[in-house]
Amino acid sequence: MTASARGLGVQLAPPGSEPAGLGRFGEYGGRFVPETLVPALEELEREFRSAWSSEEFRAELAGLLASYAGRPTPVTECHRLSERLGVRVLLKREDLTHTGSHKINNVLGQALLTRRMGKQRVIAETGAGQHGVATATAAALFGLECLVFMGAVDVERQALNVFRMRLLGAEVVPVESGSATLKDAINEALRDWVATVETTHYCIGSVVGPHPYPWMVREFQRVVGDEAREQCRALLGGTDPDVVLACVGGGSNAIGTFAGFIDLPGVRLVGVEAGGRGLESGQHGSSVSRGVPGVLHGARSLFLQDEHGQILEAHSISAGLDYPGVGPEHAELAAAGRAEYANATDEEALEGFELLARTEGIVPALEPAHAIAWLAREAGRSIPKGATVLVTLSGRGDKDAEQVAERLGYDSFR
Amino acid sequence: MRLEAALRDRRASGRSLLVPYVTGGLGSGWLDVVRAVADAGADAIEIGIPFSDPVIDGRTVQEASQRALELGATPASIISDAARLDVEVPLVVMTYFNPVQHMGFERFAKELVEAGIDGAIVPDLPLDELGDWSSAADAAGVETVLLAAPTTPDTRLRAICERSRGFVYGVSLMGVTGERTRLADQASVMGSRCKALTDRPVLLGVGISTAEQAVEAASFADGVVVGSALVRRLLEGGGPEQAGAFVASLRAALDDREGERG
Ligand SMILES: Cc1ncc(COP(=O)(O)O)c(C=O)c1O
Repeated sequence: MTASARGLGVQLAPPGSEPAGLGRFGEYGGRFVPETLVPALEELEREFRSAWSSEEFRAELAGLLASYAGRPTPVTECHRLSERLGVRVLLKREDLTHTGSHKINNVLGQALLTRRMGKQRVIAETGAGQHGVATATAAALFGLECLVFMGAVDVERQALNVFRMRLLGAEVVPVESGSATLKDAINEALRDWVATVETTHYCIGSVVGPHPYPWMVREFQRVVGDEAREQCRALLGGTDPDVVLACVGGGSNAIGTFAGFIDLPGVRLVGVEAGGRGLESGQHGSSVSRGVPGVLHGARSLFLQDEHGQILEAHSISAGLDYPGVGPEHAELAAAGRAEYANATDEEALEGFELLARTEGIVPALEPAHAIAWLAREAGRSIPKGATVLVTLSGRGDKDAEQVAERLGYDSFR
Repeated sequence: MRLEAALRDRRASGRSLLVPYVTGGLGSGWLDVVRAVADAGADAIEIGIPFSDPVIDGRTVQEASQRALELGATPASIISDAARLDVEVPLVVMTYFNPVQHMGFERFAKELVEAGIDGAIVPDLPLDELGDWSSAADAAGVETVLLAAPTTPDTRLRAICERSRGFVYGVSLMGVTGERTRLADQASVMGSRCKALTDRPVLLGVGISTAEQAVEAASFADGVVVGSALVRRLLEGGGPEQAGAFVASLRAALDDREGERG
């Protein structure tokens, strides 16, 4: 076992467990990709495994996370929100990282691997644009060429991030096919990769995709949960929170958070998916609640699909949760009953967005606003009064300002 | 082993193999397109079962898949339609893994066999993940064709050639399906690498768009798969006649090559 690595106050805990076999989390995971990509995935797996157990690599990543990304991020106690809800609310502040979301944790790790593999070009998919911005940022930092695929619908609703990516020197490719959202951006990134895999690294932004991505991205994101566990213990006199909560798109901020608490059976883990216009409407992104096992984007997991195995379009007000699938480890955590998966609707997320802004002076991204909304709904119900809840605030809400202003009727935004 | 047996026989007769691809369910006349393609000299025919997220397909097959789905095509409907075909040449379905696993491996294999379909190509199911599907397919007698890519290293290529049934599908370029203006440089290497490792028929496919390219590719392998160039003609409004004429032109060019070499 590799010991902890340290860089200016950032501690990376020893590596977590590897999935079994060819990237299996229970019956989920795997490597279902065109033959052309198999050798590159084998190389990536080898590189990641050796890097992740190397002191030098871990120290370099820890150093970047500290001096460049601004880690460790604090845990903030929310006094006014706690009073309002009758539960003690702690926020893990990923919104305070450089680029404004947890996505940077994973991207810096993958950028170091890209350099190790001698590749000069990175491609990425993005929904909310946060992963695209993080990738463009790392590409600028490392002098890599960067191409980001983004659904045309998301290009529209996350215009600020599109500008940021371009400013950072990345090329943004709007994807018109299918639902023109995250799923289609991943399709297009995979199509690019099949042609360019010898010189290009595909920097996947969540715990989805073929082995080794779900494992590797979880390992790069576990810093969120590992930090939070120590910080909570410091705040809570050596005890742990009762409930740990995070939003789930592909599931990277949630799995990174859960990783810090998974071995504590007393801690209730909850992932909040997009409820969209309500589960009954069929327009949502609740893949764990309503998906069935299938294979998409290289892995077996839970996906929204019709009775013939065609993938359905998801819907969410937040681009980052607008995906008809979920990472395979979440599918397994749900099957094993270790984590539970709930949802919050578009309307509730908007309320959560305003609630946190008004009570704490923190404007969340629409994605974690779903977690806040679920907390507001369940406090005093499935979460007993007086319980302590840690919520991962995966990103800040600047990118959503225009969209939310419109939805909430602030007509003087511009 | 009807697919492989048929291809071996035809190869033995000295001919370059030609396997066109037709998207199943693309218009009400798609079975007539398959018949015309068979009559025009195909040695086997790939029938595409459309999937919502075809990640190794370029624009042409994406569009054809979407259109077929909008017209109501389902895996079950395409397979049962295909059962009505009375063509001499073997049929192979080409689809993605999700529809296969969704129907269930045993049932999918059984429906193929009952419809008189001999093989299956599932490009997002690589060697390492064949597991349960190949057990079901082998038991039912469905030949699972594996793909080999320019990036495949030698030891793995050997395993692919051994495990493949029907033929070995050599991907002739780095990229997704779709027409190209010239044959990729990787085609010759891909063809010769596979040929050196196996006696099974080796076909090159992906990006082979014209009679000229087909002839060139066939010089490195036992034959070719032609997809997007044919499907584009169907998307542009062509029917059985145009499809047949195009395939006949490929056939003639390949036969000429044999004649010249002869
Ligand atoms: C702020 C924020 N949170 C959450 C997500 C959802 O991704 P994941 O579930 O991988 O954390 C995104 C994705 O774009 C995001 O930008």
